[in-house]
Amino acid sequence: MQKIPLDEWVQTLVNWMEDHLTVLFNIISAVIEGIVKGFTWLFMLPHPFLFIIILGILAFLVGRLSLTLFSVIGFLLIYNLGYWSQTMDTLSLVITSALISVVLGIPLGIWCAYSKGASRIITPLLDFMQTMPAFVYLLPAVTFFSLGVVPGVIASVIFAIPPTIRLTLLGIQQVSGELTEAADAFGSTSGQKLFKVQLPLALPTLMAGVNQTIMLSLSMVVIASMIGAQGIGAEVYRAVTQLQIGKGFEAGLVVVILAIVLDRFTQRLFKSDKKRGR
Amino acid sequence: MSILQLQKVSKLFGAHADSCVELLEQGWTKERIAKEKSVTVGVNRVSLSIEESEIFVIMGLSGSGKSTLVRMLNRLIEPTSGEILVHGKDLMKMNKEQLRKVRRQTISMVFQKFALFPHRTVLENVEYGLEVQKKDKKLRRDKAAKSLELVGLKGWGDKSPDELSGGMQQRVGLARALANDPEILLMDEAFSALDPLIRRDMQDELLDLQEKMKKTIIFITHDLDEALRIGDRIALMKDGSVVQVGTPEEILTQPANAYVERFVEDVDLSKVLTASHVMRRPETIMADRGPRVALELMRERGISNLFVVDRAKRMLGVITAEDASAAMRVGQSLEDILIVDGPRVQPDVVINELFEITSLAKVPLAVVDDQNRLLGVIVRGAVLGALAGENSSKEVIPDAENTTG
Repeated sequence: MQKIPLDEWVQTLVNWMEDHLTVLFNIISAVIEGIVKGFTWLFMLPHPFLFIIILGILAFLVGRLSLTLFSVIGFLLIYNLGYWSQTMDTLSLVITSALISVVLGIPLGIWCAYSKGASRIITPLLDFMQTMPAFVYLLPAVTFFSLGVVPGVIASVIFAIPPTIRLTLLGIQQVSGELTEAADAFGSTSGQKLFKVQLPLALPTLMAGVNQTIMLSLSMVVIASMIGAQGIGAEVYRAVTQLQIGKGFEAGLVVVILAIVLDRFTQRLFKSDKKRGR
Repeated sequence: MSILQLQKVSKLFGAHADSCVELLEQGWTKERIAKEKSVTVGVNRVSLSIEESEIFVIMGLSGSGKSTLVRMLNRLIEPTSGEILVHGKDLMKMNKEQLRKVRRQTISMVFQKFALFPHRTVLENVEYGLEVQKKDKKLRRDKAAKSLELVGLKGWGDKSPDELSGGMQQRVGLARALANDPEILLMDEAFSALDPLIRRDMQDELLDLQEKMKKTIIFITHDLDEALRIGDRIALMKDGSVVQVGTPEEILTQPANAYVERFVEDVDLSKVLTASHVMRRPETIMADRGPRVALELMRERGISNLFVVDRAKRMLGVITAEDASAAMRVGQSLEDILIVDGPRVQPDVVINELFEITSLAKVPLAVVDDQNRLLGVIVRGAVLGALAGENSSKEVIPDAENTTG
């Protein structure tokens, strides 16, 4: 029996895209690179100590004292270990991919909630994106966007966007039927129903999705570093390939600190808003 | 003309729902359609005319299709077939924009589980209907506050709905529905989630509000007592069809079939029948006649008291035979012996509340209207007779028994 030439088909498709969509890829590349560089510039603008003070104040505003203490001590440690600029690079990468995921993911989630057809197509696609090994789509990403931070962001978005889409959909579906009926019964347009009733009520669930998206994009930083994205992931990668166990631990610890701070920040942000309805 | 008219409105659920409407018309039963076509008949060709400013109760057990029916009246559920005419205009033929207008201005809804928006304050909930109409902020605030005041929740506007008790939450639901000043109010089991005492209060309050507002209210309930208490007319539903439509009295006293009969057999008649049911024609005399004429009249009719009225039939009081004969001896006029503080009730008082009055009173109970015109008289026997299940008290109580012990 003859093998289906699936590999050739994919290769052909990728080649075709490379030949015909270069302009599009260049635009995307420029935009993403611009955003990442903008964030890095912003984060590197203040002196690390000033940055830490601002972070501490923000932490105190959104959360409790423990979060403030952890953020300040954690970032002081990062500075002390000498990973400051790498950490800021990584932070920019993570925030950029989270931002792109949210900007694309929430509308997609809403679309799925409104259209059964969209949901039927997008759901298996999400499964595909979450389970397909990252290295497999890293290669075409490099083909399209060349080495550097951009394919890293793209790979992170592919891996990290599903929770935002899924939980936006779930959040809207969880709004009780009587509430959407009430919105309809008083003559809301679909837009009014969405923005005045469904989204505000879906917000806690939706934000849990955003939180997951941020965590997942952070978990991609090491992989992103393999295709040339600068940052703390690159430090981990270098330490591991050179068998420097101590250095590897240091860089790994920085990732953990960053992860915990980002997680608690995003969780706190929406937990202070207690109004919710099911 | 009726404000709301339903003509053969049906709702069928299932893949080939549309084609099965025809089968219903051909006389297929609900069961046969379910079995052979896997289509569920939710509402089966319901035709109703609902009049302006009446409380029309749609009553039925769960699964009878009443909630589906009420949701078709503002097209939250699309009917499979039939016509729904609001002021003569077919709701089914309206486009989205026109339908929205009807929902915003003509028909409001109150929900079983209140359906308040938990992320909005009480006031913001009440003004929702005006907000989606993009009304001026100050205007809608004012209207919402007025609406809240109407339901007795003045000053609660800034609370969050979950800080309120169930009864208060449903008042907010009612206020929200009233804020748009709709002509028609749909109330879907609006009081079912409340405990019995609160439920009664809410029923009373709804009746009070209705006195003032004169809305057309379509009230869904599974509770027969509630239906009888607040309904001007009741439609009884079973298996998606309307079994009987009538006033509470008609449903009770002339059940259309065995189902209705079984449904209403446990009803406490004393809470349903009113004074106007058990009263009979009073024997009266003009105030300017003398005691002798009065005595003669009583002797002739074989009764021991008489109601004294003026020329406009307004009730002045009642006289007894003993007082009249004493007055005749000493030469007093009827006005001197008039008992003016005898009990009087309005015709719509339920007879449950008449027991105590009739048993304490020395003279028969007078039924009077707003202008104090004498409409009828109630003797104790009539009250009991009505409860014994007699349709017409006039036949049971002998004509000459215009007396109390």
